[in-house]
Amino acid sequence: MSLRRIRLIEIAHARSGDKGDAGNVGVIARDERFYPILLKELTVDRVKRHFEGICFGAVERFELPNIGALNFILHNTLGGGGTVSLKNDAQGKTLSSAMLRMEIDIDEELLYD
Amino acid sequence: MKQHIRIASGQGFWGDLIDAPYHQVTRGPIDYLMMDFLAEVTMSIMQKQKLRDPSLGYARDLPGQIGRMLPHIMEKNVRVITNGGGVNPLACRDAIFREADKAGIRGLRIGVVLGDNILDDIDALLAQGIELRNMETDAPLRDIRDRIVSANVYFGAWPIVEALRQGAQIIITGRTTDTGLTLAPMIHEFGWTENDWDLLAAGTVAGHILECGGQSSGGNFLGDWKSVPDLAHIGFPIAEAHPDGTVVITKHENTGGLVSEATVKEQLLYEIGDPTEYITPDCIADFTSIRLRQEGENRVRVFDVKGRPYTPFYKVSASYHDGYSATGTLTYAWPDALEKAQAADAILRTRLADLGLEFEEILSEFVGHSSCLGPLATMPAEINEVLLRIGVRGKNKEHIARFGQELAPLILTGPPSVTGFAGGRPKPSDVIAYWPALIPKAAVTPNVIVEER
Repeated sequence: MSLRRIRLIEIAHARSGDKGDAGNVGVIARDERFYPILLKELTVDRVKRHFEGICFGAVERFELPNIGALNFILHNTLGGGGTVSLKNDAQGKTLSSAMLRMEIDIDEELLYD
Repeated sequence: MKQHIRIASGQGFWGDLIDAPYHQVTRGPIDYLMMDFLAEVTMSIMQKQKLRDPSLGYARDLPGQIGRMLPHIMEKNVRVITNGGGVNPLACRDAIFREADKAGIRGLRIGVVLGDNILDDIDALLAQGIELRNMETDAPLRDIRDRIVSANVYFGAWPIVEALRQGAQIIITGRTTDTGLTLAPMIHEFGWTENDWDLLAAGTVAGHILECGGQSSGGNFLGDWKSVPDLAHIGFPIAEAHPDGTVVITKHENTGGLVSEATVKEQLLYEIGDPTEYITPDCIADFTSIRLRQEGENRVRVFDVKGRPYTPFYKVSASYHDGYSATGTLTYAWPDALEKAQAADAILRTRLADLGLEFEEILSEFVGHSSCLGPLATMPAEINEVLLRIGVRGKNKEHIARFGQELAPLILTGPPSVTGFAGGRPKPSDVIAYWPALIPKAAVTPNVIVEER
């Protein structure tokens, strides 16, 4: 088995939005065979670390095996929420892209199944 | 009973493509058109407009949009359901009747759903012991009682079903759930009952897919955005709904955009929390039960959705005045664009501190470098230009105004290669904060009025 470092965007796509001061990030496997990788790599701790300096609250993770996706809630992330926030991205629309920058090590064979 | 009905999405928010609903009505067969105008903050904006002019407070684009469609709607018997009534659904209805007059159309039946606006009932509700605690902070509403701008209950599909039953061609509501606009015609056409939890959940999921307009037919699609054809002429999504709750998401032929499992999946995940309990006034839908199947070009079947009984509460969306804010920008060019912008930011902050101005928050972002990615941003070799974007927020309006006067002086008294100050001084604007709460269903009653003119 040889490991290869990739960016999450190679095996997943995503969409994000706001829920008050929390951001939601849905991450979807580009192929069914990548879903177990998302399950294993995208732990709550890992995502919390990835968004250090952006997400100041707890991270919650929910599983949607039916569509090969995970949903994350990033609490205390949007500077007070849509109408209060001074941020350019007050509604967390780009959190999805930010998530997909994450680098992970995966078994190279899985990439070319 | 019809074998299936076609429900088209015509707007995803107030400010969406103006012509989208017209194209949905004219470019192919549909039975229903749903138009969602309301985001969490939209009601407070509409309330402010109504305070300035009592004849406003609804989506002002809507009467004109409907006026243009009216001959087609009448001829094809398309029924329109929209929450664009905002905080003044009756005024919205009257504006639409005026459009019908202009078009020489008689015998138009319009239904209005009232009762969601509880702004005038707040004190009575508090007196009854209904505290309307903030769902995020648990603080009671009385803490901000004197600053409330708007307060609306999220009704579900059933008041719309009643208006459909009474033969309304167009139904205008205030704060109805986005999903209820799509679920209602399915209940009406297929005779679903209040306890058909799986069916109600299926209609709710269809509503969630339609509620954001083009966002499920290739718009804002991160999966492979370059593969989406002709976004300039994007076709908004259409749900072909069946009596067993199965729905096919599609769009009119010869339109741009893309309906695929991937585009639908992204929309399913938009702004949701726990996927096992997507809560509406009509039911609780389990998003982990949804199955998808691409069954043709731009055709995705959505099926097997499971649901559970609704909760005893409606959600309330209130908003309140929470101080002022202002945001301004300056552009810094190569060389050392980022360093210049950072130096300008430091100079400005020093001057604000010297003046003794008080803010709850000062936020500086460097657009072109890190305004979206924050600490995740990486440093490119050379940045051609950076936009310094700096915002302040606080209770003292004078201090916010003074901040606005401190930005332009940086042009002649700060780092070089600076431009981009054409917009004038940033002015203080009201900060309207959001207050989500729950209210027992028994405390409010929807009121349906259907009138023909």
